[in-house]
Amino acid sequence: MNLLEKLDAAAAARKALLPNGVGAFGIPIEEIFSATEARIGDRRVLLMGTNNYLGLTFAPECIRAAHEAIDKEGTGTTGSRMANGSYFGHRALEREFADFYQCSSSIVFTTGYQANLGTISGLVGPGDTVLIDGDSHASIFDGCILSGANIIRFKHNDMADMEKRLRRLGDNIETTLIIAEGIYSMLGDQAPLADIVQLKNKYGGILLLDEAHSLGVLGKSGQGLVETTGLLNEVDFITGTFSKSLCSIGGFCVSNHPQLEQLRYVSHPYIFTASPSPATIASTRAALELLRKGSHLRDKLWSNCRQLYAQLKEVGYQLGPDPGPVIAAVVATPQQALLLWQQLLEHNIYVNLILPPAAPEGKSLVRCSVNAAHTTEEIRYVGDTFAKLYGAINMQT
Amino acid sequence: MTESNYDEIMKLLCDRLSDLANADVLITPETNLINQLSIDSIKLLNLIMEVEDAFDISIPINVLTDVQTVRELADLVHKIKITSS
Ligand SMILES: Cc1ncc(COP(=O)(O)O)c(C=O)c1O
Repeated sequence: MNLLEKLDAAAAARKALLPNGVGAFGIPIEEIFSATEARIGDRRVLLMGTNNYLGLTFAPECIRAAHEAIDKEGTGTTGSRMANGSYFGHRALEREFADFYQCSSSIVFTTGYQANLGTISGLVGPGDTVLIDGDSHASIFDGCILSGANIIRFKHNDMADMEKRLRRLGDNIETTLIIAEGIYSMLGDQAPLADIVQLKNKYGGILLLDEAHSLGVLGKSGQGLVETTGLLNEVDFITGTFSKSLCSIGGFCVSNHPQLEQLRYVSHPYIFTASPSPATIASTRAALELLRKGSHLRDKLWSNCRQLYAQLKEVGYQLGPDPGPVIAAVVATPQQALLLWQQLLEHNIYVNLILPPAAPEGKSLVRCSVNAAHTTEEIRYVGDTFAKLYGAINMQT
Repeated sequence: MTESNYDEIMKLLCDRLSDLANADVLITPETNLINQLSIDSIKLLNLIMEVEDAFDISIPINVLTDVQTVRELADLVHKIKITSS
């Protein structure tokens, strides 16, 4: 088989799995009306599949900041910070992230994906070890591959399993990076951070926590899982993204280890890519300010999360273990998942469809993400529609 | 580590792979994991965890890039087991 034939074979396998599901991925969105509504085809739909957790995509403060930055600094930086220099906004945003996490060092990356790629491949290399959760996001996995380090996985959130693997590392623990996530994006469950920290303190190693989905969502000031657990000072490196609660694109790493600065000189995903555009940086800075004082947004978000989680659970859907902004119904077969997804769209509700192998353990997921801009009535409508479809699709089997 | 340990590794791999394989294939040391068994990458990674536990070793998954057949996987596990004990 030549290269193109291999792609044809993969495409054929995908179509064979779900002949009617071809349109379910990368669906065309014709118009965006607000943080919660858009037009798909000729339907006005409720957006229940975004990562817009605080509902800030249309926040006037962010839009104004982006406009002003474009007017003042143009549309793009046209190059890497290493070569083309660091704009005021890049440096300011780094200071603001360092201040937010009470850390001495902070680096901004062009995407959240690159924040993980750049941080991990900057911290570890061939001969070192990364100990990662089995359900790690692709950006973590790819960062590990890029680094050339030895990759060991432990069972998702299973501390006995993690300990076994830590113990087997022996002296290699000296050069081991442990990686977990604040909230896991598939089932919305949280890492048992206190236990992870305890094991790290017992065996050694350096700990990196990706707060991509928990930034702005967990903690009084929105720092993430480090805040709800009070373990900020026990985590060595925190990465995260601007693309979810901060409603732009980009990523960051913060740390109290001054060595973080060295990554600017060794990390290819930082060096060999253009820096974030002025508008992106400006809207992110405005959003970070709103996030920090957004405890009312978090209150509303959590009230929405609990409402939908409780309703879906009561109906009988199998959900992740914790209520949170990511609420995923675990469905037995890809066909049932597609049917549920299609029926929800028929009812003007857009959610995410996740099929194997993207979902953990060969499961299929119909995943909602809740945000602070959803009204109580909208959440109820979503819950009622899921309830109606439960019987119709015969979810029990 | 002796011959019998190698056989033990091979037996465990063949047993588990025949459970995991999508197709009804007779598994031999020369069976290709990806082409013939169509084992998806996650299943293979989970199998590696099981093998780690069965032999109390660490198998870095990045070294699997060189592994295509059941025999190559058994050789890798065997080599790691010898050097770790
Ligand atoms: C856990 C996790 N880390 C990192 C990323 C990458 O972020 P981004 O999409 O901003 O590149 C994502 C989201 O896609 C994620 O879910």
